[in-house]
Amino acid sequence: MSAGVLFDAPGPKARARNRILSGIGILLMLVVAAAIVWKLDSKHQFTGAKWEPFIHGTLWRSYLLPGLWGTIKAALISIALASVLGVLLALARMSSVRVLNWFCTVWVEVFRAIPVLLMMIFSFGLYAYNNVFPSSMNALAGTVTGLTLYNSAVICEILRSGVDQVPGGQREAGLSIGLRPQQTLRSIMLPQAITSMLPTLVSQLVVILKDTALGYNITYMELLNSGSTSASTYSNMLPIVIVVALIYIVVNYSITKVAEMLEHRMRRRSSAPPAAAGGLAGAEPQKVPAT
Amino acid sequence: MNALFSQFDLWSAFWMTIKLTVIGAIGSLILGTLVAVLRLSPVRMLRAAGTAYVTVFRNTPLTLIVFACSLVLWQTLGITLANDHSRDFFTVNNFRLALVALIVYHASFVCEALRSGVNTIPLGQAEAARSIGLTFTQSLREVVLPQAFRGAVTPLGNTLIALTKNTTVVMTIGVAELAYQLARINEFRSDLLNLAFAVMAMLFVILTVPVGIFLNTFSKRLAVKR
Repeated sequence: MSAGVLFDAPGPKARARNRILSGIGILLMLVVAAAIVWKLDSKHQFTGAKWEPFIHGTLWRSYLLPGLWGTIKAALISIALASVLGVLLALARMSSVRVLNWFCTVWVEVFRAIPVLLMMIFSFGLYAYNNVFPSSMNALAGTVTGLTLYNSAVICEILRSGVDQVPGGQREAGLSIGLRPQQTLRSIMLPQAITSMLPTLVSQLVVILKDTALGYNITYMELLNSGSTSASTYSNMLPIVIVVALIYIVVNYSITKVAEMLEHRMRRRSSAPPAAAGGLAGAEPQKVPAT
Repeated sequence: MNALFSQFDLWSAFWMTIKLTVIGAIGSLILGTLVAVLRLSPVRMLRAAGTAYVTVFRNTPLTLIVFACSLVLWQTLGITLANDHSRDFFTVNNFRLALVALIVYHASFVCEALRSGVNTIPLGQAEAARSIGLTFTQSLREVVLPQAFRGAVTPLGNTLIALTKNTTVVMTIGVAELAYQLARINEFRSDLLNLAFAVMAMLFVILTVPVGIFLNTFSKRLAVKR
């Protein structure tokens, strides 16, 4: 029996009580499920016509898969741009040049404070107004711009807290073999920071992928938008919403699992206890010493 | 500047953003606490239910949830949250549906914040509390929960900041907050777009940056030395 911080290992009485509680829990969930099913049935949501399109290829070929591709495309471009920008910002923010430092601090604070959607609408309008891109590209460009600006700031902060967690001896060693501070940062501190923050960086992918859905509001053809278009063709809004949500959940859940796997692997590899600072990932579960 | 405020009513849009933030924060704190209780309970069935809730809502984009609240809950299933006969039915109904979406989505983050607060407590603390003879309620009240709340302050504050920014997403169903007005300005007065964006960006900086600074000092003061 494992005991947690909140509860002791249950004895026979507690086990009996837990069984009763789970019985009540299951009962409540069944009631809710039944209510939902009844409601959906009363609105005729289970008719074959609403679900049939999913077994024919047309819905997938002409709507959902292109939409998913739109989502992935925007996410990939944003990730690439935001990573490059984020590394540059992190380097500049930790440099000894006062102006660069100041500029990056402002950049990070401002773009973390402004909602991504506002940046998307603004850049979308700006590109359309000034004919920066061919008009069919404006929505993609707007989506990517908003995501890149925000996530460059976030990645910069993740890397900075990663560098903070690298043991100070590493920097001193770099300096004492004659590397310049910027060289030490670039070739000793940053690689270790990126490795140690890899799980956090991977979980940031989930945020980027979810935020591509904001592109819906500036007419970008991502998964939600193409799903809603197909729903007006087949008049099956509810099934489409469920399937689109499932696609998002499956993709994001797998990315989260990958991040967790990376974290476990890194914990195992490093014999030293993990650094104390929680960083952006928030509080980590404390390691319990073996008794 | 005058045209901006008179023609597009930015102040009431800003007020709408604040209303969504405050009510959304209170609602998601309540719902999130309930889900956290489920997730931390000793009953496996309830834990599974809490985990399922968090997995579903944390991995779905907020845009999709907002969208579904209007197009599925209301337009497909006919669930309304306002009086059908009142004159401002559409405004009120959309506002409430948007709140439902914000609360349901952010509750999963509140739950995770609270849970991570509990997870910062070393098991030894609870064991020590029990071995000096405190009962279950006493050890919760005197030892475990105070530390858990301290550990949860930072992630809860981050969730609040995220919620403030995420209120913009409800423009998806036409709730007239700041992003909605920016989209209208983009459509009808694109000459004002730069100014409008600058003003709105400033408003969001005013809303979120002080919370962040306050949070930083507050969490440093509350931090449990280990």
